[in-house]
Amino acid sequence: MPGKLKVKIVAGRHLPVMDRASDLTDAFVEVKFGNTTFKTDVYLKSLNPQWNSEWFKFEVDDEDLQDEPLQITVLDHDTYSANDAIGKVYIDIDPLLYSEAATVISGWFPIYDTIHGIRGEINVVVKVDLFNDLNRFRQSSCGVKFFCTTSIPKCYRAIIIHGFVEELVVNEDPEYQWIDRIRTPRASNEARQRLISLMSGELQRKIGLKVLEMRGNAVVGYLQCFDLEGESGLVVRAIGTACTLDKLSSPAAFLPACNSPSKEMKEIPFNEDPNPNTHSSGPSTPLKNQTYSFSPSKSYSRQSSSSDTDLSLTPKTGMGSGSAGKEGGPFKALLRQQTQSALEQREFPFFTLTAFPPGFLVHVGGVVSARSVKLLDRIHNPDEPETRDAWWAEIRQEIKSHAKALGCHAVVGYSESTSICEEVCILSASGTAAVLNPRFLQDGSVEGCLEQRLEENLPVGCGFCHIPYDELNMPFPAHLTYCYNCRKQKVPDVLFTTIDLPTDATVIGKGCLIQARLCRLKKKAQAEANATAISNLLPFMEYEVHTQLMNKLKLKGMNALFGLRIQITVGENMLMGLASATGVYLAALPTPGGIQIAGKTPNDGSYEQHISHMQKKINDTIAKNKELYEINPPEISEEIIGSPIPEPRQRSRLLRSQSESSDEVTELDLSHGKKDAFVLEIDDTDAMEDVHSLLTDVPPPSGFYSCNTEIMPGINNWTSEIQMFTSVRVIRLSSLNLTNQALNKNFNDLCENLLKSLYFKLRSMIPCCLCHVNFTVSLPEDELIQVTVTAVAITFDKNQALQTTKTHVEKSLQRASTDNEELLQFPLELCSDSLPSHPFPPAKEHLESASSNSGIPAAQRATSVDYSSFADRCSNWIELIKLKAQTIRRGSIKTTVTVEKASPMGEGNFRNRSAPPCANSTVGVVKMTPLSFIPGAKITKYLGIINMFFIRETTSLREEGGVSGFLHAFIAEVFAMVRAHVAALGGNAVVSYIMKQCVFMENPNKNQAQCLINVSGDAVVFVRESELEVVSAQQPTANCQPSCTGGEVTT
Amino acid sequence: MTSELDIFVGNTTLIDEDVYRLWLDGYSVSDAVSLRVRSGILEQTGATAAVLQSDTMDHYRTFHMLERLLHAPPKLLHQLIFQIPPSRQALLIERYYAFDEAFVREVLGKKLSKGTKKDLDDISTKTGITLKSCRRQFDNFKRVFKVVEEMRGSLVDNIQQHFLLSDRLARDYAAIVFFANNRFETGKKKLQYLSLGDFAFCAELMIQNWTLGAVGEAPTDPDSQVDDMDVDLDKEFLQDLKELKMLVADKDLLDLHKSLVCTALRGKLGVFSEMEANFKNLSRGLVNVAAKLTHNKDVRDLFVDLVEKFVEPCRSDHWPLNDVRLFLNQYSASVHSLDGFRHQALWDRYMGTLRGCLLRLYHD
Repeated sequence: MPGKLKVKIVAGRHLPVMDRASDLTDAFVEVKFGNTTFKTDVYLKSLNPQWNSEWFKFEVDDEDLQDEPLQITVLDHDTYSANDAIGKVYIDIDPLLYSEAATVISGWFPIYDTIHGIRGEINVVVKVDLFNDLNRFRQSSCGVKFFCTTSIPKCYRAIIIHGFVEELVVNEDPEYQWIDRIRTPRASNEARQRLISLMSGELQRKIGLKVLEMRGNAVVGYLQCFDLEGESGLVVRAIGTACTLDKLSSPAAFLPACNSPSKEMKEIPFNEDPNPNTHSSGPSTPLKNQTYSFSPSKSYSRQSSSSDTDLSLTPKTGMGSGSAGKEGGPFKALLRQQTQSALEQREFPFFTLTAFPPGFLVHVGGVVSARSVKLLDRIHNPDEPETRDAWWAEIRQEIKSHAKALGCHAVVGYSESTSICEEVCILSASGTAAVLNPRFLQDGSVEGCLEQRLEENLPVGCGFCHIPYDELNMPFPAHLTYCYNCRKQKVPDVLFTTIDLPTDATVIGKGCLIQARLCRLKKKAQAEANATAISNLLPFMEYEVHTQLMNKLKLKGMNALFGLRIQITVGENMLMGLASATGVYLAALPTPGGIQIAGKTPNDGSYEQHISHMQKKINDTIAKNKELYEINPPEISEEIIGSPIPEPRQRSRLLRSQSESSDEVTELDLSHGKKDAFVLEIDDTDAMEDVHSLLTDVPPPSGFYSCNTEIMPGINNWTSEIQMFTSVRVIRLSSLNLTNQALNKNFNDLCENLLKSLYFKLRSMIPCCLCHVNFTVSLPEDELIQVTVTAVAITFDKNQALQTTKTHVEKSLQRASTDNEELLQFPLELCSDSLPSHPFPPAKEHLESASSNSGIPAAQRATSVDYSSFADRCSNWIELIKLKAQTIRRGSIKTTVTVEKASPMGEGNFRNRSAPPCANSTVGVVKMTPLSFIPGAKITKYLGIINMFFIRETTSLREEGGVSGFLHAFIAEVFAMVRAHVAALGGNAVVSYIMKQCVFMENPNKNQAQCLINVSGDAVVFVRESELEVVSAQQPTANCQPSCTGGEVTT
Repeated sequence: MTSELDIFVGNTTLIDEDVYRLWLDGYSVSDAVSLRVRSGILEQTGATAAVLQSDTMDHYRTFHMLERLLHAPPKLLHQLIFQIPPSRQALLIERYYAFDEAFVREVLGKKLSKGTKKDLDDISTKTGITLKSCRRQFDNFKRVFKVVEEMRGSLVDNIQQHFLLSDRLARDYAAIVFFANNRFETGKKKLQYLSLGDFAFCAELMIQNWTLGAVGEAPTDPDSQVDDMDVDLDKEFLQDLKELKMLVADKDLLDLHKSLVCTALRGKLGVFSEMEANFKNLSRGLVNVAAKLTHNKDVRDLFVDLVEKFVEPCRSDHWPLNDVRLFLNQYSASVHSLDGFRHQALWDRYMGTLRGCLLRLYHD
C-alpha cells in the first residue's frame, strides 16, 4: 500500500555563521525518510539561502509513513573537512495521512540542534499522495484520527464510544548502549530523539489497528508516555478511548450516520424508573427505593471515595486481596447482577475521557486507584514486552475490581503514570468509577439492558451524584442523605472524582484549586529492600494525602473534588505525594460540616485555650472561604440534616499493608474507621503541624481564581485573552538533619511560593482564572526537588458572571433535552455550543448552504479571500514596519514572493483563513492551551496530533546563563517548535496541550546539563466568534475584515 | 532551602514595561528589586520580596535573551522563539534604542570608537547614568552608524528600515550618525546651552542641502553614484564656498550689501543701530565660516564658529529673535541685488541652510 511523499526545500534564514573567515555559511540540506536520502545543492556564502529545490519524492509503504518521521538536516559544506551539521528538523507526517486533517505541511521550521538549540529556520513543503482509495487504507491504521483532547472534540459528534485501547512498545535506550561511549553527545541525543519518534509512530499505528478492529475511526483522550528506565530500556506506552466520530459540519456524515443512533433512541420505550441501575434482573431497585433508612444523628466516615488501592468491600474485615473477594462473595454477586451490562464483558471498561456527551454519565461512584512497586530488569526481548504488559494488566484488573466494589461497571477519567528512581518503579493508575448510559456504547443495547432516559425525569444536575452502590451493603461507610436537589435519590456527603465537572451540574459559588502535599523520608536501599521500603510507605502516604485533601476541602466549605490527580514520586531518599483537585460546592450534596479540634489532655487550661484559639481560627477561615468563593447554599431546614460536627473520636488509622514483596500491590483501607475526617485530634506535634499547614495555604489574591479542571466552576463568561505558561522550580534541600516535618514545610513553601509568583506575574490579566493547573513533581537527585507547572490564565468578565451562569445552566439544560428529542434537528447547535444563541439563524443558513457545496465549513471558505487584498489594507504603523522589514532584504524579497506563490504554501495560507493575513511577512500567532477549547472562538478543524520529543544538552552551562538560563531558553524553543509545526499544518492553535515530561539533569561541576521534554496536543484551526458573526451578517462579499482582525488578535 | 532553578515561560512572552525600563537603565537585579519595592508594588499586590526577586530575575533573563535580537530588529519580527504581539515588539525596539539626552550630548560629534568607549566611565559619573546604560546607548549609536554609513539613499529611511524605529527616533539617529561622521564639535563650553534637538534640526537641514544626496541627481547610473550620499558633506560645494569670500573681501560689494540691508530694514528693526554698527563684523564672520569649510578641522568647528561669530555678538546686543530673523532674511536676499556677485545659487545653498541653523541656535 504505497504512498508518495514529496518534499521541497525552499529556503533558509537566520542561519548561524559557520565559516569564521567569511562570516557566512555554505549551506545544503539532506532530506531523509526511511533509508532514502536526497540532497539539495550547496548554496554558497549566505545566511539566507534560497535552495528552491525540486520535489524530492519518496515511494514508501504506509506503514513507514506512519512510523517514520521525515528528517531534514541542514549542513555546512566544507571542501576540506567533514561537513558540519547546523541542525535538524523532524516532521511527523501523520496529519497528512487522513483526509480531514491537513493537506500540506508548509512553513518555516526552526532548525534544531541538541547542543546549540535553535539555529535559524528552514522553509519546507511536504505533501503525500496516497495511491489507494480509502478502503484499501483501512487495512492499515492510516485513517484513524488521534486526539489528545479528553472530551469529544468540538466539531465532532460521538456515535459510538467503544472503549479502552492501550499499547506499549519497548526498546533499548541508545543512551545506555555500548556505542554511546564512543559517539558524541549530539549523535547520542539524535539517536534517542529519532528512536522515540519511531517508537511513538509505531505505537500510534498499533493503537490505530486496535481501533479499526473495534470498528472505530478515532482515538480520543490519547495519552502517550515515555518511561526512561535507564539501563533496562525505554518504554513508550499509550492509552486512549476508541470512538466512532462523525464530523458535524460535513453533510455526508449527517444523514446516514447519525440516523441510526437517534432513531434507535426514539424506539426505546420510555422508562419512568428513575433508578439508573434498573436492569431487569437487578434486585437493587426495590432495595434502593423501599428500604431506605436514615439516622440523622449518626455520623459516618466522610470517606465517599478512595483514592488509592483496594476499597475494601467491607471495612470491618479490611479485606485486601485484589482478586474478587472471598468474603465479599455474596454481595459481589449481587453487585455483579446489578451492573450486568455489556461493559462487563470488556476486558477493561475504561475511558480516558474526562468530559462526556450529555446523558452519557449516569452515576459517579468515586475515585479508584491502584499502585504497584516494581523492580526494573532489562527488557530482554523488545518484540515481546510481556513483563510490562503484565504489570499494567494487573493494575488495571485492580482498578476494575475497585470499580465493581463501588457498584460501577466502568471507570472514566482514567489515567496511568509511573515514577522511576534507579531500578525501582511505581506504577499508578486512577480513575473514577461510574455508571454509564449504554446508549453510546456499541454493544450497550444487548442483553435486555434497558435504556435509561434519566435526563427527562430526573432534575438535571444531580443525577451523577446519586450513589450507584447499594445503600444497605455499602462498600465503605458513608454518610448518605437524600439528594438536596431532587430529594429522591441518595447522595454521599462528599464526592471525589478524576473527571471534569459535568456541564449540567448545579454548583453553588466558585471552585478552587486544592492541593495536598506530603514528603516522607526513606532510607537509601538497594533493589528488593528498597522496593519493600517503598511499598510499606505508600499506604501511609495515601492516607495522609487523603486526610489533607478532605480537611482542606472542609476548610473551603466545599463538598466535592473534580479532576483529582494524586502523584507519588519516588526519589533516592524520599517519597513525595502531591494531590491536586478542584473543589466545588455541589448543590446536590449536603453542606459540609466544620472541622473540630480536640486536644488529648483536656485538663491543662492553657492547652485548652490554645485549642480553642485554633478552633476559632479554623472556623474563621471556613467562614472567610465561604465568602470568598460565594458559597451561599439555600437554607434547608428539613428533616434529614445530621449534626455536621460529630463528637470527637479517637483518630484511628486502619491500614492494611500486606506488601512484603516488591511485586505486591499495596492494599489499604482509607475509611478512617467509622468517622473522624472532621475531627483533628492534636495528640502530638505532628498533628499540630498538620493543623498549621492547613491554615498556611493562602488564598489567591482577589481577582484570581484557580482550578485544575478544564473550566472553572462558577465562571462562564470568558473573554478571549489567554496565556499558557510553564514554570519550573528546583530547590536544593539542606542535607543536614532532614526531618519529615522540615521536608513537608519545604515542599509546601515551594508550591505556595510558586503559586504566589504566578499570581504576581499574571496580575495584569485580572480578573482571571488559572485553569488546568498541572503540577508535576520529580526528584532528580538526592537533595533536589523539581516542580513543573503548566497552566493557562484566562481572563473573564466580572460583571456578567452571574447572568451567564444562569443562561449557561439553562442552555445546558436545553441541550440535554434537545439531545434526547431529535438529534438531526440540532446539528449546528451541537457543534457551536459555546456560541450565544442569537446569531444562530443567519449563521445556520449560511453554514448549511455552504457546506452543501463543498463540505468545507462556510466560514472557512467565505473568508479565504485572496491575499493581495490584505496587503492593501496593511496601513497602520506596525504593518508598515513589517513591510519595511521585508524590503530590507532587498534582492531576496522578490524571490521569496515568487517562491511562495509557486509553492503550495500560498495555498496553505488561503485555506487557513485564521492565520494572520501578514503570515508571509511576520510570524503568525499560534495560541497554546491545555484546555480543549479556546474562549470566544470556535474550533473549525482538527489538523492532527502534535507529539514531540526534544533533548537539549550543554557543555557550557555557565555561559548560557546557568541552569535557569538553559532551561528557560529550551522551553521557549520547545514552544517555538510546537507553534511552527502547527502553523505549517495551517493551524492557529494547539489545544489540550500538555508537557508530559520535563526531565532535567545538571552537573554544575562539569558545567553540563541535559534536559528532555515531551509535549503533545491537538493542532486546530479556530475562528473567533466575532468573526463568525461578521461573516454571517455581511455575507461573503465583505469578508476580509474578520481575517484582518484575526491577524491582530494576539494573546 | 535554596532555589536552584526558577523560570517562567509563557507562550506569549510577558514583558513588564517597568522592569524593562530598569533593565535598560542598567540596574542590577538587586537594585531593580529594591527600586521596585520602593515603588510600593508589594503593598499593591500583596506579594513578597522573594516573589519580586524571582519575577525580576525572570524578566532580566528574558531581556537578556531578547537583546541579541534587538541588535537587528528585523530579526525580532521574524524569529520564532518569542511570541510577542507586534505592538509589544515595537515598544521593545523603540525603548531599546531610546537614549538619554544627557548622554547623547556628551558623545555627539565624537568618533564612535574604542577610545570614546573608554571615556564612558567618566560620562557615567558625570551624567549619573549607569555605565551599563551608557554602553548600550553607545553601542546602539555605533551599530546604527556601522549599518548605514556605507549605505546609499535617505539616511532616515535607511535607519528606519534597518532598525524599525519611529520617525522621530530615526531622525535623531540620523543626526547622531551625521554628527559622528563629520565630527562636529559640540562639547565646548559655549555650546553647552544647545540641546540635541537644536543640533538635530541643523543636521537635518545640512543633510537636505549640503550633502551629495542633496544635489538631487537622479540615480540614473548607479555605478557612477558616489556612496555615502547623505552622510558626507558635498566636497565640491565646500570648495566652491571659497568664492563667497569676495562678499567681504571686495570693499565696494560689502558696502553695497550693507546699504541694501540697512535701507530695507530701517525702522523695522529694534536694534537697527547695533545692526548697522556690527554689520561688517557679522557679515565677515558668516562669510569667513563658509570660506573655511574647505578644511576638515574647520568643518568640525562649524558650530563653535557660528556661535562665536554670530550668536554671541547678537546676544550681547540683546537682539530679539524676530530681529535676527528679519536681518538674516534681508541679509541673504539682498545679495541677489548685488550685480557684481555671480554665485547666487551657491549663496542660496549656503545661506538658506545657515539661516535656518542660526535661527535655531539663537536662544539662551
